[in-house]
Amino acid sequence: MTLPNGWEMVVGLEVHTELKTATKMFCGCANAFGSEPNTNICPVCLGLPGSLPVLNKMAVELAMAIGVALHCTIAPSTFHRKNYFYPDMPKDFQISQYDLPINSRGYLDLPDGSQISVERAHLEEDTGKSTHLGGTGRIHGADRSMVDYNRSGVPLVEIVSGPDIRSAAQARAYASELRGILIATGASDGRMEEGSMRFDANVSVRKSGEPFGTRCEIKNLNSLRSLQRAIDYEALRQIEVLEEGGSIRQETRHWDENRGETSTMRVKEEAEDYRYFREPDLVELSPDQAWQDRVRAALPPMPAARRSRLEELLGDPSDAQRDAIGTVVELDLDGFVISAAQAKADVAIALARSANEIAADIENVAKLSTEAFVATVLMEQKGELSATQAKKVLGVLLESGGDPSTIAKALGFEQMGADALGDLVAKCIEENPSEWQRYREGDDKLSQFFIGQIMKLTKGQANGKSVIAELQQRK
Amino acid sequence: MSSPLSREEVAKVAKLARLRITDAELEQFTEQLGQILEHAHDMTSLNLADVEPTGHPFGLINVMRDDVVRPSLDRDAVLAEAPASEDGRFAVPRIMGEAP
Repeated sequence: MTLPNGWEMVVGLEVHTELKTATKMFCGCANAFGSEPNTNICPVCLGLPGSLPVLNKMAVELAMAIGVALHCTIAPSTFHRKNYFYPDMPKDFQISQYDLPINSRGYLDLPDGSQISVERAHLEEDTGKSTHLGGTGRIHGADRSMVDYNRSGVPLVEIVSGPDIRSAAQARAYASELRGILIATGASDGRMEEGSMRFDANVSVRKSGEPFGTRCEIKNLNSLRSLQRAIDYEALRQIEVLEEGGSIRQETRHWDENRGETSTMRVKEEAEDYRYFREPDLVELSPDQAWQDRVRAALPPMPAARRSRLEELLGDPSDAQRDAIGTVVELDLDGFVISAAQAKADVAIALARSANEIAADIENVAKLSTEAFVATVLMEQKGELSATQAKKVLGVLLESGGDPSTIAKALGFEQMGADALGDLVAKCIEENPSEWQRYREGDDKLSQFFIGQIMKLTKGQANGKSVIAELQQRK
Repeated sequence: MSSPLSREEVAKVAKLARLRITDAELEQFTEQLGQILEHAHDMTSLNLADVEPTGHPFGLINVMRDDVVRPSLDRDAVLAEAPASEDGRFAVPRIMGEAP
């Protein structure tokens, strides 16, 4: 979306990601989504008097992996108490990192070549989950709130970008790339629908080249689509206010997905004073160089590198193939394409089948073995299966596994003999003399016409490449 | 000498801590907290140029535990201690605003 009248938006994102640890940040309770309410709680995460937090080493390790992946500096850091009164935090404070975060000053490169700075990526604990009963379901109007502390104390990393983002689409691209990186590091499962990755967006507008305007923070966006829509809406709202001679008040705003608009949640004022102070029950965290090096060495390839690898395998990918590569890497399917390439199978076919057929049935991907996939691609490429048939074979493989040639036979996908196909092609040529004439005179596009005719006659069983070979023989 | 702390500052701190205090208490705490600040202020008379700032009195770093699950508390026992509960959850008075 382009903003009107020379306005420019300035956006910074705060991304919260839960870490994929076995236990919580400061106690041995299980970090598990979907448990029965209040079954993973103990004196520490309930904030009972006398309980003491002890830092989870794995949480630190995953935070460092995020820092390395985002090119951050890892530095000695400390923990602070962020004090506030709200029933989702039974201690009445959240342990977070304040002036000395574990990771700072990094960046993230986006696929379009732009770079977004990362100011910090610090450790903190998640809060409990409250459900508001009665009234309309929105918080105002609820009669009472029910609290589940299973999530209280789950380790989080908050990644704060610089104010470098200039469009909602770029914000989405950043969030999407960051999600890929978090999943690749093994730090997060990236499941936005389960709230394990959540976004807050700071949005302001200005005329190009002018100083930053007053910003509003949109809280708790939990899908890429909401993020993009909310930012576009908010920027336009601010422009409208300013063009009518009004001014923007610094405030926190709530995004209503159904109505597609943001509304004031609370105005930033004195209540924002969280009285941060050092958490006296935790000591300095100072990972030594050897530990940092181990984390760095263990880091698997990031999405950008994985995309480059597929691009190299393809040679000179088209835009559609670039999109397919993005999908395949995002869904962690690039191993299929690479295995196909290693078996000297056609990379373009392997990419298309991964980005389309496998991606469409991603929840069943575990049933599809790499060997069966590569064998199917090879059969398609040799003409033993048409594209349509290969897709059907893959469908069965994803449904129930098995051997592709057995499945092809069972589906009646016997390879059409060269003679039978030749006869059909000859018949087609006879019935379409003017098209044949133009094809012979060099109008290659007409090969598609003949393929279409043959497909019709064979109900999609023929192989396009074999048809072209037959046509060329007769030219 | 003037108090290192104003009544307004003490009133603000009390408000942030959700403490309701009387005018007499405000007077009393302003004076008492002021004395504590003055005591801490004594340090400025010392030459501390060569002293490293102390983050924590123990001087320990990297106190961590392995990521191993330990048993949690029995839910019914915990909820029995709560003023109110419902369907395995803590029931609290309705919340007027959203979480910070």
